[in-house]
This record gives sequence, structure tokens and C-alpha cells, in this order.
Amino acid sequence: MSSDKIEKVSIIISQGSLEGVYPGLIMANGARMEGIDVNLFFTFFGLDAVITKRMDKLKVATVGNPAMHIPTLVGMLPGMSAMATKMMMKEMDKIDIPPVSEFIEMIHDTGAGIYACKATVDMFHLKKEDFCEYMDDIITVGDFYEMSHGGQIIFT
Amino acid sequence: MAEATLAGVTVERDDEGFFKNPDDWKEEMAPELAKEIGIDPLTEAHWKVIRFMREDYKVKGQVPSIRRMKNEGGISTKDLYNLFPKGPAKKAAYIAGLGKPHGCI
Repeated sequence: MSSDKIEKVSIIISQGSLEGVYPGLIMANGARMEGIDVNLFFTFFGLDAVITKRMDKLKVATVGNPAMHIPTLVGMLPGMSAMATKMMMKEMDKIDIPPVSEFIEMIHDTGAGIYACKATVDMFHLKKEDFCEYMDDIITVGDFYEMSHGGQIIFT
Repeated sequence: MAEATLAGVTVERDDEGFFKNPDDWKEEMAPELAKEIGIDPLTEAHWKVIRFMREDYKVKGQVPSIRRMKNEGGISTKDLYNLFPKGPAKKAAYIAGLGKPHGCI
């Protein structure tokens, strides 16, 4: 093991689309697999990934997403987003990427910390009960920086 | 670390110590491999993981993911991280004489 190895990361997930949430989850889980300490911080629409009622209903954005390679007018048709989401989830399952609720539980079980942003919680009038049981705490930006001390910060 | 003698048998291993040919592996080699990466002693709980990995590798041809070990092998993620601290998939594959895992999950 080289001494310049990354030992700790804080990953911020700020978006609530499927493609906005998964990269951060995969990076968090992957870091734990390498023995790196991880704190996951959910803010703004990213909070949907730890809200019990919403976490398994995240959707792929089919409008305003040029990399989907479908025309905007097609992307806005009813059901397009649901269909794209279903297809992507199917492909992800094939390579063992779990649905969001299972993934959050797994990441929690790896020993990573899972936190929600207090400013967003206040702004959206959310309560601790709205979140899944694996969300450790609602914390301030100051708390976040404090617990990120000595590590790298990744914003997604 | 091209060749190494484990439990009296010479086996080929890669630069990081993973087996090049999983068929070379024998149960007697596991305690020595575990010691190399700081796991000593190997308990029955460790063996449950090693045996599942070996069995699953035989069927699927690849090292099982942590999710697969949880859902198919009945090994909780918490236990896995406690048994093989700081990198469970790699460490368990190392002891089980399998190649380095290539999955991201």
C-alpha cells in the first residue's frame, strides 16, 4: 500500500434524477470496497434518494439531456421517462447495481455515514421521519466540513 | 511475485499476489494467504465466505459481487466488512485463490 493512497472521501449528491444519484452511490460504495472512509451527504433534490417514499421512484431525465440521443419533443411524451428508467434499471441489475433503497442499505452496512443537508430539510419542510432508517443524521454545512476534515470532497 | 510455494505446492500468482489459476488453490493454503494480508486466524465465518466465493466462481466464472454474496450467499454486508476489513471483496478473493475482482459493486 502506497502512502499517498486516498484514505477518506466526502461525496455530495445534489441531484434527484436517477443519473444524478447513481454515480455518487457507486463511488461511495466503491470507495468503501477499497477501504476508504466515506461520508455521503445529500442536498437539494439529491435528498429524494434517502426519502423513504421517493427513493425507489427516481427517474431518468429524458428532456434536456442530449446524451439520451432522443429528440426533446420525443423525450417529453408521456411515459418516456418511465420507460427509459425501466430500461436503465434492468441493465443495472444485470451488473449487480441494486435499486436505490437496497443500495443505500448496503452503503450504510459498509460503515459509511449517510447525512441530509439541514438547509434543504428546512426549505422543503421535511422531518426525520420522512427519511429512510439508514440516514444517520440531519447536519449543517459546518458539520459537513468538520466531518470531512482530512479527506477529499467530491460534488456530484 | 510470479511463483510461490503454499502448503508445499508451487503456484503462480500475479504482482499483487492473486492466483493466476484458481484451480491451483487448495483449502490448506487459505490460512497462509490470510496471514499475508493480516487476517489470522481464519474462523468458520471467514470460511463461509470463502466457500461461497469458490462455489459461485465455479458456476458463474467470475468473482461474486458484494451484493451477490449478500443476496445469494446470505452473507450480510456488515459481516463481510467486519471479517475482511478495508476491502472485503479483494481480501476474500485473495484468500480464496481467485483472481482480483473486476466489478465496481
